[in-house]
Amino acid sequence: MLSFLAPALVGIAVFFIYPLASAIYFSFTRFDLLTTPQWVGTRNYAYLFTQDKLAWQAAANTLWLVVVLVPARMIAALATAMLLTAARRGSGFLRTVFYLPALAPPVAATVTFVFLFNPSTGPVNSLLELFGVDGPLWFDSPTWAKPSLVLLGTWAVGDLMVIFLAALLDVPKPLYEAAALDGASSWQRFRHVTLPALSPVLLFAAVTGVIQTLQYFTQAAVAASVASGEATTGGGVSSTFGYPEQSTLTYPLHLYIAGFRYYDMGYANALAVVLFVAAFAVTLVLLLRFRAFAGGRK
Amino acid sequence: MLRRCSVLLAAALLIGACTPAPDTDEIAPAGQEASGTVDFWHFFTAREADAIERVIAEFEKAHPKIDVRVTAGQDDAKMLQAISGGKGPDVGLSYSTDIVGKFCASGAWRDLAPYLDRDAVDLSQFPETLRSYTSYRDKRCAMPFLADTYGLYYNKTLLAQAGYTAPPKTMSELAEMAKRLTRRADDGTIQVAGFVPLMNFYEHTPQHIAPAWDAQWLTGDEHSAIGTDPDWLAMLAWHKELIDWYGHANLQKFTAGLGDEFSADNAFQQGKVAMAVDGEYRVAFLRDQAPAVDFATAPLPVDDSKPELYGAGFVTGNVAGISANSDNPEASWELVRYLTTNTDAIVKLANGIKNVPSTQDAMESPDLKLDEQFQTFMDIFANERTATTPPNSAGPKYIELTQDYVNGYLAGEGGGLETGLRDLDEEINQALDLGR
Repeated sequence: MLSFLAPALVGIAVFFIYPLASAIYFSFTRFDLLTTPQWVGTRNYAYLFTQDKLAWQAAANTLWLVVVLVPARMIAALATAMLLTAARRGSGFLRTVFYLPALAPPVAATVTFVFLFNPSTGPVNSLLELFGVDGPLWFDSPTWAKPSLVLLGTWAVGDLMVIFLAALLDVPKPLYEAAALDGASSWQRFRHVTLPALSPVLLFAAVTGVIQTLQYFTQAAVAASVASGEATTGGGVSSTFGYPEQSTLTYPLHLYIAGFRYYDMGYANALAVVLFVAAFAVTLVLLLRFRAFAGGRK
Repeated sequence: MLRRCSVLLAAALLIGACTPAPDTDEIAPAGQEASGTVDFWHFFTAREADAIERVIAEFEKAHPKIDVRVTAGQDDAKMLQAISGGKGPDVGLSYSTDIVGKFCASGAWRDLAPYLDRDAVDLSQFPETLRSYTSYRDKRCAMPFLADTYGLYYNKTLLAQAGYTAPPKTMSELAEMAKRLTRRADDGTIQVAGFVPLMNFYEHTPQHIAPAWDAQWLTGDEHSAIGTDPDWLAMLAWHKELIDWYGHANLQKFTAGLGDEFSADNAFQQGKVAMAVDGEYRVAFLRDQAPAVDFATAPLPVDDSKPELYGAGFVTGNVAGISANSDNPEASWELVRYLTTNTDAIVKLANGIKNVPSTQDAMESPDLKLDEQFQTFMDIFANERTATTPPNSAGPKYIELTQDYVNGYLAGEGGGLETGLRDLDEEINQALDLGR
């Protein structure tokens, strides 16, 4: 039995257990990659929880994205998928069109979005101006920077949309017919037929979405660098992370800066361990609660 | 339980085994000719990398027994990771003086004192500020490799249109001229800014402008001096007043529409900003990308109460060092010595990369091809009051925490500055302590 499991166990030990054990060990040390790690007890955790204001700001930004971006992406993907199932003609073409943004590389897509939403020269604000609306500063505003990232995230929902589409097409038609015969409204059909049928897929989307958003890095880094006007500097690009006014500084960005700009690897590992615990806890809660939310059996 | 402890112990030993161990080779006696291969990593690319290649070719010609393997486009993070893994370059070139404290303190770069003593290298050929940012706590682990100095660029055409014939020399003059040079559309939108006082705009940053107020960063014992230095209050109050005159949101909207700093769309090159803080390298960019712009350079204006500071500015530069785990430290030292003290090599590098040469002899060399506007930066460089950010073992943390605070303060309603700066002191001290 064990020999059958051996390849998997070796993989888990080498690529999960060992790195995790290392991260936990280093999180209790002062380590700069250059000198031997020195045991400092809980000092890194004490600094994280009691002194590092930026860590709390980064955690709050990340939490904001988890609370807003994940549901927004799921709703956008589900709505698009439902519209596509209703399309009678050209559904193949439409599916391709709506999936295409998911193929855009995140860096290129983010750069394009920052230019489109440029408050001074971008077409979005020019369009709003035609309707008499004075557009916001988008990626240059501490208030609007995160909502702008959400817009970017909901634009590229093709990956989720395809999964929802497959699940929607898999819902047995007789269930809808029976519900209709019983006089169920379209909302009731959605709530009591579609949602329960989709619940495994919704759970998958929620769990992976939360984990991905807890690790949100590329788009926030690129948007801050491009919007700050210093995207091409050779030295210290990470100094622009968080622009404007740390509103886009996510937890992984803070971790990256601690590790690879300040070389506080011990502290970066403490940040990573806390992130791991948070992601694990959120995943557990979602697994325990989601079925009830989606109307399935507990 | 015993088995669990054994596993943990084994894991700890395995982890410990992966940490770097510095090499402790003794240096060779004087007069021995170095030979062998030297791995040299630098961060330059394109035109600048070509300039390095040419100088390296001349080094190899002069040292036929040494073969230099050059790797371009390597940043500090890659170098540090490579050194920690025992695979680093023999000689590394960094764009940041921020790493010197850490590299010296940790021993990632070798102490160069034995080589300097043996070969009787005269360090007084470098200005004091350059000597200060290439050593840490009396340990010299780096040598200065060209320098960047910062001054004021002004658009002569725009100044003439507003009736000015000379650049500002004080901060009051700068603010007054900035207001008069600014052009707005009917709806209040800024079309041309006299000067952009946001402290995260291009090269207008706290570190580059602090010397104009003589604002200090760290105390001698490496604690934050910001909260107790009244010059920081004066500097931020000046900025806040000018930003409020423009309107912070107006400036944000204006700067968002400007081109990237290191592109031909740079706002000064496009005539959208009349005066700007920038490095000496901008002269070459302007000649190449915006030959039609009639510009001149000057030292940064200074605080009205400190006219004696006029002529000084901010200096930083590239630094070269030898990795602790270099296989060939003697040949590596030959290369570092050549690149940082050989007048002919420095002049060629300065001409090719368009940076300020770092030694007195190179500055006076007739072979130096100087643009008329470049001289300003040579003068700033030579000024004894020209300052830099002090090296420390925690890198650029104190600078970036200050930058964060400053950006927030300038965007806000104002007030609470004294308390805010004192809180910043505490935040910086706690962050610096983490790495000690």
